[in-house]
This record gives sequence, structure tokens and C-alpha cells, in this order.
Amino acid sequence: MSDNPFSLWVYLSQSPLLWLTVTLLVYATTDAVSLATRRHPVANPVLHAMWIIGAFLLATGTSYTTYFAGAQFVHFLLGPATVALAVPLYENRKRVVASIVPMLVALVAGSVTAVVSVVLLAELAGLPRDVVLSLAPKSVTAGVAMGIAESLHADPSLAAVAVILTGIMGAIIVTPLMNRTGVTDYRARGFAAGLAAHGIGTARAFQVDEIAGVFSGIAMSLNALVTSFLVPLAVTLLVR
Amino acid sequence: MLASLGLILLCQLIGEAVVRGLGLLLPGPVLGLLLLLILLLARDRFSRLARGPLRNDGVETASKGLLAHLSLLFVPAGVGIVQKLDLLASHGIAIVLVLALSVVVTLLATVLSFRFVSRLLRQQDVR
Repeated sequence: MSDNPFSLWVYLSQSPLLWLTVTLLVYATTDAVSLATRRHPVANPVLHAMWIIGAFLLATGTSYTTYFAGAQFVHFLLGPATVALAVPLYENRKRVVASIVPMLVALVAGSVTAVVSVVLLAELAGLPRDVVLSLAPKSVTAGVAMGIAESLHADPSLAAVAVILTGIMGAIIVTPLMNRTGVTDYRARGFAAGLAAHGIGTARAFQVDEIAGVFSGIAMSLNALVTSFLVPLAVTLLVR
Repeated sequence: MLASLGLILLCQLIGEAVVRGLGLLLPGPVLGLLLLLILLLARDRFSRLARGPLRNDGVETASKGLLAHLSLLFVPAGVGIVQKLDLLASHGIAIVLVLALSVVVTLLATVLSFRFVSRLLRQQDVR
């Protein structure tokens, strides 16, 4: 037993165990709340887990580096989860092949819109150049966006934050927005969610409809490819 | 279960190795996805491949387990926002507005172009 509760805290707060546990338990709670509200978009589990853990870190004066030493075990699984998207794709391959033409057209239209709109809007808002560059890859999954930002000499950690904010906002807005457009085709709705809001949009799509989730996962993978080429081009053409 | 996770990691590992080795622009896990998809399709064609994790829905079950909690995996990167509080204090509103507008425009452009082409081809949702 520790003679001093403070020294116990000092020990635990530096250990990966505490921060991994916090990440899992806070997410389990926000996910349970989301489920209890029957997956209401505003009860997005990522959004609420993010600010609760962030506030906890600030309140305890814990650095993000210390936190990430524990949370990296969860973060690591983003890669294997991307590989795992092969399975829903495989199981729904007939429908995917049947929709290949609309998918490719929507891929080009969507990924160009994603990059061009964010660069133009950010310029219009008068944001500093390095912020504009870091926001440009915001519609692709975190690891890819960070790589793109790095190759542009922008800020990878800001790119990651822009990616997560985009994903959360996309996941919150996609259902009400799609209901308003009157599109009932879950292939198209899911594809849009994955293209605009990567993995967080895909997680949302799987909650709504299995087919939407499959098309969302495909959009997310294809967009990662297209955006890697598109961002350097758009930046050369559009950024002052 | 263990072998299935191993197979998923192996696909990613090969993906990363090929991307690094050939200096490709695409992310390693995306190549890993293609690899696993090819393996699953090949298994249906060649029964000799149907063993270990490629048998009795092994890799299928493990993958669905991973995807069931996809949202959770974004939490650690999202908490990184605590490092950006200065920037958010000075430009936060502009950044959030820019990202929000852009995501709405992107969602609309994607869904409407998908539906437009799909109707053009007279493809009805087969469900």
C-alpha cells in the first residue's frame, strides 16, 4: 500500500494502464448513452468521449503524450480495422459490382468537392496558410491525412484534429440532411457518408443500415487513394 | 480467432511493406484490404485455400468484431484537440464553420451525383 495517495496518483497517471482504461470506460459510457437514445445523431459517442477525456486531462494537468502512451493501443487498431473492411465488401460484392459506375462518378465528384470547398472556404475566411494546408485533407481517414499534411510541410496533428471534427460533424448531420434531400437509396447515402466523413461516417452508416455501411467503407478507402493525389494538385492551383 | 487476427495483421504488414518498398502514394492498410479481399475471393475458387482462418467464417467473425467498435478507434486521435486549444481560441469558430460547410457540400455533391448516374442507368435499388 502506498502511504500517500498523491504518490499513488503520480504513479498511476504516468502508466499506460490508467489512460487505456479511461479511454475504454468513457467510450463504453458514451456509447451506452448513444444506444439509450436509439443512436440519436447528437449523442455521437466519439464527440462526447473526446471532450470528457480532454477535460479530464486538462483538469489533472496530464499531457497528451502521457495519455497517448496508453491510448495508442486503441489508435493502433485503425489499421487492422481498415483491412477488416474487406469482409463486408466481400459479402456484398454482387451489389457493389452492380453499382460500380455511379460509385466511380460520385467518387470523383465528391473528392474534388471535399478538397476544393475546404481550401476555398478557408482562404475566404482568411485563415493562415499553414492552417489552410492542414485542413485540406480533412475528408480522409486520420493516418492518411496526417501523411498528406506532412508531405505539404503543414501540421499533421492539426490535420488529425480537422479529420476528427469533420468526421463527427458529418456523422451528426448525415441522417437529417439525407432525409431532407429525399434520397432513400442506402447505397448513395452510405457512399456519401464514407466519402465526406471517413471512418466516423462509416461507423455511423453501419449503425443505420448494413448496406449503407458497406458503401461507406468503400467510399472511405477509395477516397483515401484519390485525395492523396488531389490535395497536392489543389494546393498548387488554389492556395496563394 | 487468434489466427484470424494474425491474418488481418499479415495483410496490413504486406500492404505497408509494398507501399514503403515501391514508394506508392496509397496507404498500407488500403492495400491490405485489397489483399484480404483477393484472398477471400480466391478461397471460393480454390477449395485448397479454405483452411485455418479462411474456414468456418474465421476471418469474417474477427473482422466484424473489429468493425463493431470502429468509432472507438478515433477517440485517441480526437483527444489530440487538447494540444490545439491556442489555435482554437484564435481561429476555432472559422475552422469549425469552414469544416461544417465543406462537409455538407461534400455530402450533397456525392449523394446527388450517385443518384443522378444511378437513375441515368435506370438502376433500381435491388433490395
